[in-house]
Amino acid sequence: MENYTVFVPRLVTKKELFVPGHRACIGCGEALAVRLACKALGQNVIIANATGCMEIVSSPLPTTSWKVPWIHTLFENAAAVASGIESGLKMLMKKGRIAQQEIKAVAMAGDGGTSDIGLQALSGAMERGHDFVYICFDNEAYMNTGIQRSSATPFGASTTTSPAGKMSIGQVSWKKNMPAIAAAHNIPYVATACPSYPFDLIDKVEKGAATPGPAYVHILSVCPTGWRCPTDLTIRLGRLAVETGIFPLYEVENGNYKLNFDFPKLRPVTDYMKLQGRFRHLSEDLLDKIQQRVTADYAELKEKASADKK
Amino acid sequence: MAKKVGMEVSVAIGEAVKLANADVVAAYPITPQTHIVEHLASLVADGELDAAYIPVESEHSAMSACLGSAAVGARTFTATAGQGLELMHEVLYVAASMRLPLVMTVANRALSSPLSVWGDHSDAMAVRDTGWIQLFTENGQEVVDNVFCAFRIAEDQKVLLPVMVHLDGFHLSHVIEPIVFPEQSEVDKFLPPNHYPLVLHPDKPVTMGDFAPPIIYSEAKWAQEVNLRASKEVILQTWQDFGKAFGRYYSPVESYHTEDAKVLLLTMGSFSETAMTVIDKLRGEGREVGLVRLRLWRPFPFNEIRQAVKNAETLVVVDRALSFGGPGGPVCSEVKSALYGEAKKPKVVSFVAGLGGRDITPAGFEEIINKGIEISQKGSDNEFEIFGVRE
Repeated sequence: MENYTVFVPRLVTKKELFVPGHRACIGCGEALAVRLACKALGQNVIIANATGCMEIVSSPLPTTSWKVPWIHTLFENAAAVASGIESGLKMLMKKGRIAQQEIKAVAMAGDGGTSDIGLQALSGAMERGHDFVYICFDNEAYMNTGIQRSSATPFGASTTTSPAGKMSIGQVSWKKNMPAIAAAHNIPYVATACPSYPFDLIDKVEKGAATPGPAYVHILSVCPTGWRCPTDLTIRLGRLAVETGIFPLYEVENGNYKLNFDFPKLRPVTDYMKLQGRFRHLSEDLLDKIQQRVTADYAELKEKASADKK
Repeated sequence: MAKKVGMEVSVAIGEAVKLANADVVAAYPITPQTHIVEHLASLVADGELDAAYIPVESEHSAMSACLGSAAVGARTFTATAGQGLELMHEVLYVAASMRLPLVMTVANRALSSPLSVWGDHSDAMAVRDTGWIQLFTENGQEVVDNVFCAFRIAEDQKVLLPVMVHLDGFHLSHVIEPIVFPEQSEVDKFLPPNHYPLVLHPDKPVTMGDFAPPIIYSEAKWAQEVNLRASKEVILQTWQDFGKAFGRYYSPVESYHTEDAKVLLLTMGSFSETAMTVIDKLRGEGREVGLVRLRLWRPFPFNEIRQAVKNAETLVVVDRALSFGGPGGPVCSEVKSALYGEAKKPKVVSFVAGLGGRDITPAGFEEIINKGIEISQKGSDNEFEIFGVRE
């Protein structure tokens, strides 16, 4: 890491493809993630964006934040639109109607557009083996419409449709494991990333784009508005999500798990949770329950990674 | 030399799409559309059609993949029916609103529930206002010819809209008919390569599908409406050019023995051919009846309809779809609004018949005409008549 801070930033392009002027909230981790992902992808892409925060903040007619070809159509179909883009380009190049060159089809969506309403289209596109990268920007709820729970909302989080109350602990289900679902499609590349680890994120998006066939990158994007946290804690919370083992950074390359950041000792989950209003109501018991689950999940992931190392 | 062959209409559509040199076909199987896409898949598998066949996991994704493919400039085709068309519903609006030229054949099918795989126009009527250019066809030849015309209309730089070619499920999709196929060179001459002017490409990045606040949404929608109405000129020209090239002429509204007819029947789709035989029979009996067949459904040919029916006393419109709790058949409703402001107009009687694959026989059409005349004379308390339903 020390070497990274000295040298790597100089290698990152200063060219912005997701440009300022968009209307994301103060401290938006997702806008940062998109900006870094665009740096990694470069110019030779066509992005199909699902409806959601990033689409809304970046494209009010007649303005745009996108310096790359970009299309938004609907909420649940980004992966299907990307399959059409990829197939169309392939045929036009084959028939000599456009010049042969590497143009990567990219689909982008939030956690709702990925793990809920867009899951079928994503599963179909991965199964069919299209040469594309799917990037899920996960801020753990429907933030664009006002903080409603999705299947990516973590256990215990209070949202406007899983509100904590006298009879409710908030979200009662555990976060859907999207990277595992992607990996279960036996695609060549799956990774998790977080803009708090920018060079790791850039590296993974680059790797996904360079992989022939489907690649899936799941990026945790801190949302101060929805997580009820100070806007200057975005980077810190991303780091804590990783350091507590709540959101481990790993890759699954051709089925092989690799843990990118491991820690001699994980921080307690409360270090992460106590900074966020969405978890404020949780009792000691529930926090313990979450700690146990995180510890167990992390151990399982670590075991997979170490088994694959051998 | 063009050649005439006996072929199932669905298979013939596949052959037409091949002759049209489609680049991408994205489709999901649904009865009674399956033979169309099966044939296309086999043409691609055998290397006879140089296209990407995307076997998507739903109709929603079929139309979504078509959006992506059309947006990069590929000639794009799909086909569906019934529930499939309904599952595409929201995507259909996007295709038209984003001015993406693509062609879809719809083997018209009834909608659930109860489940019915058989034909009627319920599916088509539910997507009436999606902004697509929509044609209804009567026979296999017409479907094949209009697949070529549809691509040319859709891709015309003045139009750039998706085109839906409707054919009756089973009654037309599954029948074997003699069909004349033009030579590849003739099709190539009629249908130049697709040059979509706003392609997604890194050389010239564009943003497509912005969101529109109230300050600009109305303007965007009005521009779309103006464009769809203006497409009629290109549709008419395309049919003219097709006629000159291939000798078969099409028009938005066809009149059959209407010159001196006091009573007119109006139909849409393949049942028009049955209706024609009935008109022949009744004419033989000396009755002054005629038939108006509606081919262009959107943009709706208001003037042509007014002209076609203005001299009649009674107009009997047969719909193959219900508008629940509404004014009767959707086609009749359009016809009535076209005529409302006219000083001289026939009495219009609405019939709904042939739902969920039920045949309307020649005797049935005769009965509809006779009953229509009676209602136009005596009047009726009903908004419309349902034909042939057991009480």
